[in-house]
Amino acid sequence: MLQTASPNTDLAGREAEFDVELRKVFKVFNGETAVRGVEFNIRRGEFFSILGPSGCGKTTTLRLIGGFEMPSAGEVLIRGQSVNQVPAYRRPVNTVFQSYALFDHMNVRDNVGFGLRLKKMAKAEIQHSVDEVLELVKLESLATRFPKQLSGGQRQRVALARALVNRPAVLLLDEPLGALDLKLRKQMQYELTSLHQDLGMTFVMVTHDQEEALSLSDRIAVMNDGRIEQIGSPQEIYDAPKTPFIADFIGDTNLFEGHVEEADESSLLVRSQAGLDLAIERGESGADVADAPRLDRGSAVAVSIRPEKIDLHLYPPETSVNTFEGRLIQAMYLGTHVQFTVELSNGATLTVRQPGSGSERIALGTAVFVSWSPSSALALSR
Amino acid sequence: MAVSSPPPTSPSSSEPRPQARWLGPLALLAPSGLWLLLLLVLPTLVIFQLSLVPNIRPGDVVNPSGLDNYWLAFNSTNLTVIVRSLSLALGTTAVCLLLGFPVAYWIAILAPRSRRNLLLLGFILPLWTSSLLRTYAWITILRPTGVLNTFLGTFGLPPLELLNTSAAVTIGMSYSFLPYMVLILYSSLEKLDTQLLEASADLGAPPLQTFLKITVPQALPGIAAGSLLVFISSLGDFIDPELLGGASSMTAARLIYNQFLGQTQNWGFGSALSTILILAVSIAIALLLKYGDRDAYRS
Repeated sequence: MLQTASPNTDLAGREAEFDVELRKVFKVFNGETAVRGVEFNIRRGEFFSILGPSGCGKTTTLRLIGGFEMPSAGEVLIRGQSVNQVPAYRRPVNTVFQSYALFDHMNVRDNVGFGLRLKKMAKAEIQHSVDEVLELVKLESLATRFPKQLSGGQRQRVALARALVNRPAVLLLDEPLGALDLKLRKQMQYELTSLHQDLGMTFVMVTHDQEEALSLSDRIAVMNDGRIEQIGSPQEIYDAPKTPFIADFIGDTNLFEGHVEEADESSLLVRSQAGLDLAIERGESGADVADAPRLDRGSAVAVSIRPEKIDLHLYPPETSVNTFEGRLIQAMYLGTHVQFTVELSNGATLTVRQPGSGSERIALGTAVFVSWSPSSALALSR
Repeated sequence: MAVSSPPPTSPSSSEPRPQARWLGPLALLAPSGLWLLLLLVLPTLVIFQLSLVPNIRPGDVVNPSGLDNYWLAFNSTNLTVIVRSLSLALGTTAVCLLLGFPVAYWIAILAPRSRRNLLLLGFILPLWTSSLLRTYAWITILRPTGVLNTFLGTFGLPPLELLNTSAAVTIGMSYSFLPYMVLILYSSLEKLDTQLLEASADLGAPPLQTFLKITVPQALPGIAAGSLLVFISSLGDFIDPELLGGASSMTAARLIYNQFLGQTQNWGFGSALSTILILAVSIAIALLLKYGDRDAYRS
């Protein structure tokens, strides 16, 4: 457990365990509800991501923590203290804005020192802190440049330094890497991780990039339509999505809509709308996670199978369970693997991903068989 | 040698011939250039020539003979007039800036986006009436038995003697030039990235600090441009001082008018005064361009 130098205590005198708590928070803009009853607790020192498609309310949620929006209902707490009445300029959090929002009438040094100057810190001390943080983000040599003279990546670092220098309780990151090209983004992802490890600060990041969320976060909250659909570790989110939306949004998947035809202790049989019979093994992770509604005969479900869990055969495999015949209609070479699109005999298409060098080429139109293990499929209640 | 020589190239084949390069810009600049030459540069030169002739009247032979008119402009009476003109223009600029900034800020940042054009239109509507008419309206308001004093009287307050004072001139000129100030400040504030204000608050700045450290510096080019425009317009304004200022507030513009069209009829002295005004304004613009160029960091 990470300890901070100045422990904050909540009303009961205990040290607050969470840096950020949202309790049934709603936000309504002109009759449009952007955030609907969002609840989560962010632990001290955690890298927490809010992930979702655009318009899902994730940025509004971050702005509620930053103090740029006030909740219409519910409560926001920072280090155990309610901040519902606290304006942004008195909150112990700092934000890295998506567009960086650098002050273009000040040079890098003055941008970074802005927060410290407002705290009326001694000049020498400001100078020292600014130098330190500029070294941390590797911008020592550009201290006297103006923002307009910097590249996108450099501006990103200035925005980061300007927030970090204030040693906030929580660092808020609004799509921090969204404007960078792929290579720079990978590099900054790495640097964000190491910064987080070195500083032990609580990071809250908003992103629509599932890969970024999966690779950086300790925990992820997936948002859709103003609500949180699931909170969990990247592995939980990927391997045991609780809703069809998450299964589809995080990574790629094949979804079959259908209903439960047979159900017993250890397995399910789902009949898809297209008439396919799909066998599913009930496991500890995957189908029927603890708080999901019970699946019984007749329950409407979506069955999710990840493309990499599907096997592709040229000849009928030994088992007939979850085995279907189809026709190869597309093959894409993606570097580390090959992605195939298979059209099943009933017209449905499946995405199959196999590691491969691309050497074993299968002609388009070839009849193929697809199969997967009942333990690889997930039944998600609709 | 194994490497074959490169094919011969014609170095200038893709570039336009030298004379063609300045022909285009010249053609584009010619109409407005001719206009400026005939109606601005030549008359200015004529004025400068006239300013060197003492006591010239219409019909006299132009015979430049010295700087006497300039010495006349700097005698104590006329110097007072020039200083008064400058301070009236400065005062008007200050009033327009103080009144105009909140209005421009409100329209550009606080008012709903869909209403902005309407609000702006409402604000510049007075510009559509004749400036002479507006000035007469101020006479009706400010004169001893006018609207203002009638209003004050109903509350038992003593009347204000404003008409024919410098205050009345400042009021009239501020009213005339405020819309220009608002328009220029608006176009500057409208471009302000409001996320900068959020970033400032995020870093711990209360609203007033954010205003002083972010909003004002960001709007500085607009503030400079608006102030310059109002200052120059006020310095050259003739109607407001003439109608609202009375005998007590003679300004350079009125003095010049008197030399050409009034009773005095001294074209040489009027020309010298004009040259001094032109120089003063040019110096102000030059200083602003040299030291006020806050746009440098934006390039």
